[in-house]
Amino acid sequence: MDQKRSTLNLFDNIDLATELRLGLPGTDDQPEIKISISGNKRSSSEIGSSTCKDEEESSFSPPAKEQVVGWPPVRSYRKNILQVKKTELETGSGMYVKVSMDGAPYLRKLDLKMYKSYEELMKGLQEMFKCIIGLYSEREGYNGSQHALTYEDKDGDWMLVGDVPWEMFISSCKRLRIMKSCEARGLGDFL
Amino acid sequence: MVYSLPEEVLEHVFSFITSDKDRNVVSVVCKSWYEIERWCRRKVFIGNCYAVSPAIMIRRFPEVRSVELKGKPHFADFNLVPEGWGGYACSWIDEMSRSYPWLEEIRLKRMVITDESLELISTSFKNFRVLVLSSCEGFSTDGLSAIAANCRNLRELDLQESEVMDLSGHWLSHFPDTFTSLESLNMSCLGSEVSFSALERLVAMSPNLKTLRLNRAVPLGKLSTLLQQAPQLVELGTGAYSSGIRSDVYSALSKAFLGCKELKGLSGFWDVDPSYLPAFFSVCSRLTTLNLSYATIRSPDITKVINLCPNLQRLLVLDHIEDSGLNALALSCKNLQELRVFPSDMYVADANVTLTEQGLVSVTQGCPKLQSVLYFCHQMSNSALITIAKNRPNLTCFRLCIIEPRTPDYLTHEPLDIGFGAIVKHCKNLSRLSLSGLLTDRVFEYIGTHAKKLDMLSIAFAGDSDLGLHHVLSGCESLKKLEIRDCPFGDTALLANVAKLATMRSLWMSSCAVSIGACKILSRKMPMLNVEVIDENGTLNPKLDNCLVEKLYVYRTVAGPRSDMPGYIWTMDRDSANKI
Repeated sequence: MDQKRSTLNLFDNIDLATELRLGLPGTDDQPEIKISISGNKRSSSEIGSSTCKDEEESSFSPPAKEQVVGWPPVRSYRKNILQVKKTELETGSGMYVKVSMDGAPYLRKLDLKMYKSYEELMKGLQEMFKCIIGLYSEREGYNGSQHALTYEDKDGDWMLVGDVPWEMFISSCKRLRIMKSCEARGLGDFL
Repeated sequence: MVYSLPEEVLEHVFSFITSDKDRNVVSVVCKSWYEIERWCRRKVFIGNCYAVSPAIMIRRFPEVRSVELKGKPHFADFNLVPEGWGGYACSWIDEMSRSYPWLEEIRLKRMVITDESLELISTSFKNFRVLVLSSCEGFSTDGLSAIAANCRNLRELDLQESEVMDLSGHWLSHFPDTFTSLESLNMSCLGSEVSFSALERLVAMSPNLKTLRLNRAVPLGKLSTLLQQAPQLVELGTGAYSSGIRSDVYSALSKAFLGCKELKGLSGFWDVDPSYLPAFFSVCSRLTTLNLSYATIRSPDITKVINLCPNLQRLLVLDHIEDSGLNALALSCKNLQELRVFPSDMYVADANVTLTEQGLVSVTQGCPKLQSVLYFCHQMSNSALITIAKNRPNLTCFRLCIIEPRTPDYLTHEPLDIGFGAIVKHCKNLSRLSLSGLLTDRVFEYIGTHAKKLDMLSIAFAGDSDLGLHHVLSGCESLKKLEIRDCPFGDTALLANVAKLATMRSLWMSSCAVSIGACKILSRKMPMLNVEVIDENGTLNPKLDNCLVEKLYVYRTVAGPRSDMPGYIWTMDRDSANKI
């Protein structure tokens, strides 16, 4: 209350064309400054209409945990790029795909989101299956090694792992198959 | 006596004075200096395109070669300014096409420009050299085709962060075979693929190309080809920085970067595959600017890069850098002048990202030349802010965004008043400040008392009463731009400081407590201001003086009310449909 008193004193000597008060018409000499400010745009216009109608005391309330327009102050350009990434990677609680290895009695499941690159994926697979997946080369696929890594994509086609950028790969990979190199030669021959 | 020097001598002397501020000062010395100066002014900067009209500019400065204009208020960047607000370049381009045949440079920021205007530019100015469209919109790649086809002497085409309607990637092919003058091209904002052969051809015939910023759609495999054609590049923006497991791509890229001995700035880095990062390590020791703010790589990878860049002056990065990366920055980059840390998650603190106030404190401690900071984080304390202020009194720009509004000091649960108070007290040359966190009127008292060189202030979710705003308006002598959202500031402070508003470029207030009545009074008292009330929701009743306005934009002008206001803007001068 004291603070408000001093506010009023500060402005005592200022000539206002009309007697401007912060309070509503009909209130007494000590107008209370109570304005509901929230980040929600809807609330702001509610303030507008409620102040015009009648005395409605709305007290200070913190903003809801919903998205406030224009906050945080990051340009939409930037927001869009990062949000797209997030939703791509966060559909559900994991990106589990079945992994089969030729000759193994049962399949495994692996969360692709645990890996950030092909290198990490290879390492993970090699540990899981205790095998060696050969080095990928663009020209020859996995030729020259014991196993080759392939995946089934969204269209149901079996593809060699490693041709496309990582992000593209994980968004289209439905399942993985570690093939014996001799069988995989068919895939490489098309290149 | 000075005033008996011949005109030619004075003109020659003035030609060494290039800064706008100095030029303006020169022009008010006396009538003859005003006349001489106006005939030889070659560069004009207009910070608010509605502050003056094209006719007035042309009448006063008949021999201009370079024009820079800014349109929409800064908060338009964050979607606070509704569609159709204004900032149209059309009338400016039209009039300049008639009166400035020798115009060489046009720089626009936050303006709306059409393909027709771009075509007009391309055909009206025979010596046109520089087109910069920063955060602009309203045009398509067709407009760019016209620029490419007709501007024979074009040196710089920069589309920084503009919204371009991407109709075709073939606009690049419109550069004729005889076109060799290109020095700078920034097309990083374009969404779709450009014709790669056209790009390659352009790079090959541009021996003076120093800056090339590609868009995301340019694959990494093609980057090495371009770099081999342009080893003289000083600034490079990559496209997408990943390519599957392609050892051939990696080695070609590595080799190409080795050849770039002049490279000082790198940006781009969308979709980064960390295994490709070492390809550019050979240029790191020369890098002065590095923009990794689109790269979602983790702290260890970022740290590896930073440790190789001792000459870094400017770093833009995501909060993935974490405190550990910032500590490395503080140790390795003693020439750092500017740091910008952007949030990777807009709303909730990512549990995997440990970026706190400590990282910023480290950098301010370790980097003696640090002047400019933009920092997004989730927690802050007064003690950290005080330490920062004492560490870095040479700060000129301090923009702190604590993501959750009204967050108090996480240690003491107090408001952050004294922390920001220390910033303005110690950093005597502070010209730009953005506040956040829990703040009372006290912080504004500190700002009004100490921030005498402050030029621009951004306030959100802060303050208790009009006293806060009053402190700022009455105390900040150098204040030119004030933007406020969601603060309990209203009529009393505004009307107590009307004269101040005429010394400022602009004032923006949204979701505050300003009434229609006050806007009417302000309009009447200050005819040199345009007082524009934005009512997007259509709830405004201009007869009820107590009605609060949604958004208010006030700016000084010598051009009178503008003629291109949309239906949701109300002013005192409009016809009854939109009259306040």
